[in-house]
Amino acid sequence: MDALIAPLLNGSAQGALLLLAALGLSLTFGQMGVINMAHGEFLMIGAFAAYLVQQVITASDLSIPVALPVAFVVAGLFGLLLEVTIIRWMYRRPLDTLLVTVGVGLILQQAALQIFPSQGVPVEKPGWLDGQMNILGYNWPLRQLFTILLAGVCVAALSAWLKYTSFGRRIRATVHNRDLAETSGISTRTIDRLTFFVGSGLAGVAGVAASLIGGTNSQMGAQYIIPAFLVVAAGGIGQLKGTIVAAWAVGLALAFFAYWTTGSLAQVLAFILVIVFLQVRPQGLFTVRTRSLA
Amino acid sequence: MTKKPWISLSGIGVFAVLLLAVAPLVLSDHWLNNLGKYCCWAIAAVGIGLAWGRGGMLVMGQGVFFALGAYSMAMHLTLETAGDRVPGFMVLYDPLAPLPMFWEPFRSTGFTLLAIVLLPVVVAGALGYALFKRRVKGAYFAILTQALAVALATLISSTIRETGGDTGLSDFKYFFGFVLNDPANRLMVYLIAATLLIVCLLAVWQFYRSRFGELLVATRDAEERVRFLGYDPANVKLVAFVVSALMASIGGAMFVPIVGIITPAEIGAAASILMIAGVALGGRASLFGPALGAMAVGWGQSSLGSTWPDGWTYILGLLFVVVILFLPNGLSSLPARLMRRQRPGPVEPPAPAIAPAELEEVKS
Repeated sequence: MDALIAPLLNGSAQGALLLLAALGLSLTFGQMGVINMAHGEFLMIGAFAAYLVQQVITASDLSIPVALPVAFVVAGLFGLLLEVTIIRWMYRRPLDTLLVTVGVGLILQQAALQIFPSQGVPVEKPGWLDGQMNILGYNWPLRQLFTILLAGVCVAALSAWLKYTSFGRRIRATVHNRDLAETSGISTRTIDRLTFFVGSGLAGVAGVAASLIGGTNSQMGAQYIIPAFLVVAAGGIGQLKGTIVAAWAVGLALAFFAYWTTGSLAQVLAFILVIVFLQVRPQGLFTVRTRSLA
Repeated sequence: MTKKPWISLSGIGVFAVLLLAVAPLVLSDHWLNNLGKYCCWAIAAVGIGLAWGRGGMLVMGQGVFFALGAYSMAMHLTLETAGDRVPGFMVLYDPLAPLPMFWEPFRSTGFTLLAIVLLPVVVAGALGYALFKRRVKGAYFAILTQALAVALATLISSTIRETGGDTGLSDFKYFFGFVLNDPANRLMVYLIAATLLIVCLLAVWQFYRSRFGELLVATRDAEERVRFLGYDPANVKLVAFVVSALMASIGGAMFVPIVGIITPAEIGAAASILMIAGVALGGRASLFGPALGAMAVGWGQSSLGSTWPDGWTYILGLLFVVVILFLPNGLSSLPARLMRRQRPGPVEPPAPAIAPAELEEVKS
């Protein structure tokens, strides 16, 4: 039983972290067809924001709940800045945007390396996350449960926002049919900026969660961007449920493969699994049906 | 594309004279060796120019094919150096470690050369067939290839007993029987790399002039129209992708005797992106742009990258942003742009390298 329960729980937590990282990516990619390769660096910004908040509010019990909204806003503002300065000029060239944001990511990484100590900074875990929970004989770290809860809250908030607010409706309209949305009087420019702010902000929240599980350093974003994109690709764009299922599946695959083999081999196997899956369903798990040829 | 093919051809000729005759006379051994290294990156870059510039496939994982060639060559050279014994790094952890099975065939010179050519063809063929037939393209294709580069680098890093792990393979003494320390032999290795670069340039020159080249550009700019005209775009892309993989592999294979070491860092995500950087800088769709751009970035990487690493990363990042934002066709399009500005009047329409067809990808 233990052989099954440990990778199951670890994998779920890993999947939740991937989901947090992929949520914002799927939002911006789904809407604008733009792959933001600096998304991983926004995640890093969120993690460093958590560290900086801890320098001001030293009580770690309190600092993490404060850090979550701070990281959201800080990373979101960086995303907004990126959209306003660079990406807005490149909507006709999505593939080029990918490369430009690679450059932005490099610059942000290097800046973080010079501002913060190169070995990374410690983010203190709050006391209430130190414990473990006994599930069928396996001592499950509470911070993994926290990651899952955080992902759940983010998904719920995002989907409620998309479903019930007028901004959400406009975003969905823009995703479905940009031209028609524009004709109907929606300012797609404003919507794009807002989407980019929210998407990048979600990366910041993911960064706080990542800082509680792994190290906080300038390289941390780079290791999330590829798995996060694979999750988005496997899940299909334009819908949240695909991203959720894919993130969980990839997380579980990573954990089980790591349990049976080694951590690095697990990554390779998970990558291959996603590529094979895309053979079967190139459009991902769930898709918004369109009549476009491409 | 060019209306006067002999201009491009004589350009290749001048380039060949510079690389093969002038450079060995002018440059010191150290710089000649460096130039050889840039040639290897340039070979891979010519392939990227074919796949990305002309074919519209953003190949972000050429490190995979670079690695196939490089590790094939490195395994052969390691075995040649070790002679009858098992390579040194393998017995480091276990004195009685046997030679892994997949190393054994690389003792043979013929097999190694065949592997350098066939491995990338088979891998890129299978991967490309699978992806293009399912119409995977755009950003999906780019990230999947990049994911493969990450996966392969991770795999090599973690198999330290079989592949040398992060420390890689190094300390080669012989190159197919020639002592690598001998300056004359080093010159020979450089000349081989430079010649291969010229051959690759000639190959893509012919490619671009051929009907296939026209079809490739057509596929890049309007894939659906090509399909409706009765061609299968997947096959067109597949050929370009396989050829570019082959070039990356050749570049990797020559990289090993020239540089003397191959590690996962030379083939991973960062290295693959570095290869793209040169192509973007030089001009993705031009004939010389990728090669010259790769040489410039290679020079920056090995000089600035070691003396001023912090600044180099900023320069590299800015290079991506500035070049792709303002000069999507790279430096090679700069003269034409300036000329056009000076002589207003009836001008030819700008080359549709960035096709309106890419707009359709947004909806996919």
